[in-house]
Amino acid sequence: MTELAITARGLTRRFGELTAVDHIDLSVEKGRIFGFLGPNGSGKTTAIRMLCGLLTPSEGEVAVLGRSIPAEAEKLRLEIGYMTQKFSLYTDLTTLENLRFMARVYGLAHGQRRQRIDEVLQQFGLTELRDRQLHAMSGGQRQRVALAVATLHRPTLLFLDEPTSAVDPQNRRDFWEKLFDLSEAGTTILVSTHYMDEAERCHRLAILERGKVRRDDSPQALMAALEGRVVEVSGSGLRALREQLMARPDVVSAAQQGSRLRVLFDEETTAPLDRLQAAAQHQTCQLARPNLEDVFMAATAGERR
Amino acid sequence: MNSLGRILAVAHKEFLQLARDRMTFGMIVMIPLVQLLLFGYAINTMVRNIPIAVVDLSGSAAARVIIEQVRVNQVVDIVSYLPTPQQAEAAVIAGEVRAALIFPRDLARRIASGATVGQWLVDGSDTTVSQVLLGLRNMPLRLDAGAPAGAYQASEPSFEVSLFFNPERRSAVNIVPGLTAIVLTMTMILFTSLALVRERELGNMELLITTPIHPLELMVGKLVPYTLVGLVQVVIILGLGHVIFAVPFAGGLGTLAIATLSFIAASLTLGLLLSTIARTQLQAMQLTVFILLPSILLSGFMFPYDAMPEVAQWIAEALPATHYVRLVRAVVLRGAELHQLSGDILWLCTFTLVVLLVATARFNKRLD
Repeated sequence: MTELAITARGLTRRFGELTAVDHIDLSVEKGRIFGFLGPNGSGKTTAIRMLCGLLTPSEGEVAVLGRSIPAEAEKLRLEIGYMTQKFSLYTDLTTLENLRFMARVYGLAHGQRRQRIDEVLQQFGLTELRDRQLHAMSGGQRQRVALAVATLHRPTLLFLDEPTSAVDPQNRRDFWEKLFDLSEAGTTILVSTHYMDEAERCHRLAILERGKVRRDDSPQALMAALEGRVVEVSGSGLRALREQLMARPDVVSAAQQGSRLRVLFDEETTAPLDRLQAAAQHQTCQLARPNLEDVFMAATAGERR
Repeated sequence: MNSLGRILAVAHKEFLQLARDRMTFGMIVMIPLVQLLLFGYAINTMVRNIPIAVVDLSGSAAARVIIEQVRVNQVVDIVSYLPTPQQAEAAVIAGEVRAALIFPRDLARRIASGATVGQWLVDGSDTTVSQVLLGLRNMPLRLDAGAPAGAYQASEPSFEVSLFFNPERRSAVNIVPGLTAIVLTMTMILFTSLALVRERELGNMELLITTPIHPLELMVGKLVPYTLVGLVQVVIILGLGHVIFAVPFAGGLGTLAIATLSFIAASLTLGLLLSTIARTQLQAMQLTVFILLPSILLSGFMFPYDAMPEVAQWIAEALPATHYVRLVRAVVLRGAELHQLSGDILWLCTFTLVVLLVATARFNKRLD
């Protein structure tokens, strides 16, 4: 059996009337990249904060790296790194000053400090930005500094809360390369996102919606489960066809992508291609490979209906 | 010594941020400077150059001598000479002058018999002004120089004339040392309460609490730079007070430093406590004003402590500023020694310790 970095059972957090996280179960394997995919307000940040010990759960049990949370949260501090959703370093300090401050706060030995700071500067391509104040940096550069700080004390578990929300696609790709480097070196990473392309890179994915885990598996398995349920229609009159399809009980979603209409059928439907062809007589229909967006639509369909 | 390292790390970081925050840096110097000049000058000029009118019905040499004596004390400024008391009254009512001095026709006879020589018509709508002019009623007059009736032997009233004629020096001497207490209360509480709340508002706190730092280390680390800021401010106020307003310095520097440090510590921890209560920087500022107002009014800075009702004295005793106003006046003006001040210093140290522990207990390393 693989070792687990995080286990959660029935994890719940209520804020007054609102249940932000509603009885979620999680098992995160060591050395893997685990993703939380969900829209804003789905409970991703609340869940991460509880796993870090920043928020006390209303219900449920959590064990992180073998320690019970939140009771033993203080003992975990040296083993976890956390990148907050809102940028949380000091923007009026330079890269180097931020790194030095955090290195001392984490209690790195004096001799080790300089060496380790040089290491992360190099690792994240920050050597040239070391004397620049953070408020004068781009979103992508700042995120690199934040990741450098989060990994400064060599944590075995990293929590990244929407780390790339202010970053352009090229920098996002670079950022993920760094994550895979860290993962390769044995770090467990829990990352939340609302980007499908990022979610697809995770080893395992939990789809959150309104505080509940709707699906929890590898992205490939999640997509494979929808095989045969996605049909693409091309031709004319797609807007009218979409209206018509959305009214049908067996159609989960119908979304236009350029000159095509992507239609997702529910689980009970057999032979969706034939059914759709019957409705769309003037257009061509063909089965399509399911993607994560389809998975997300299928996973959250129950709530929207 | 990880703990000491972390405290130093926080202090160092705080210094860097302070040095780059020009606004705050400017305030550190400007607040004591502006307050010193405001209080130093405004309170002095209050009792000077009050505009008055004079009505001399006697037309005698004695009247001119008295008028000259009234004029040279600089409390009043004679802006007009009017022929009749009715016109003088009208001028007072119209607000052209604050008062009028009237000499009767039989001035020479009154001087000879030692009776009241003249009458003041005073505008009572400004109590401070009228208080000062009422004091003029008892002004001693010397008529030996050129007075035809010989030495004036009136029933000379025994009032505190010296206090009255030298308001400038006495008030500045009293105000400037007390002002250090007020400026420190304002800046120390404000800066520390803002420093923590700002980190929470900007999101820095969410990262900090995931590190191994202990709340007490964070708090103490933040106090170090502001302690130095407070000392700089005291030097500005007392130094310039000495140069500009000739405030004497009777006591020892060491004694002053110990008294000041204990007060700075008390104010800083109070600021930390406020920062654990306030959610936003605006709330932190409002809470600071909530402490600042009673500190100004009740500490003995503006009104004498002994004259306050008992309840007000209790409240005053709870405020650190009250103890420091006492300490700083005792050291600077009376040259008191440390052993004579132990009560107030001990009180400030106890206050610091208790408040620091309460603030640390209130500071939660959780977000809920």
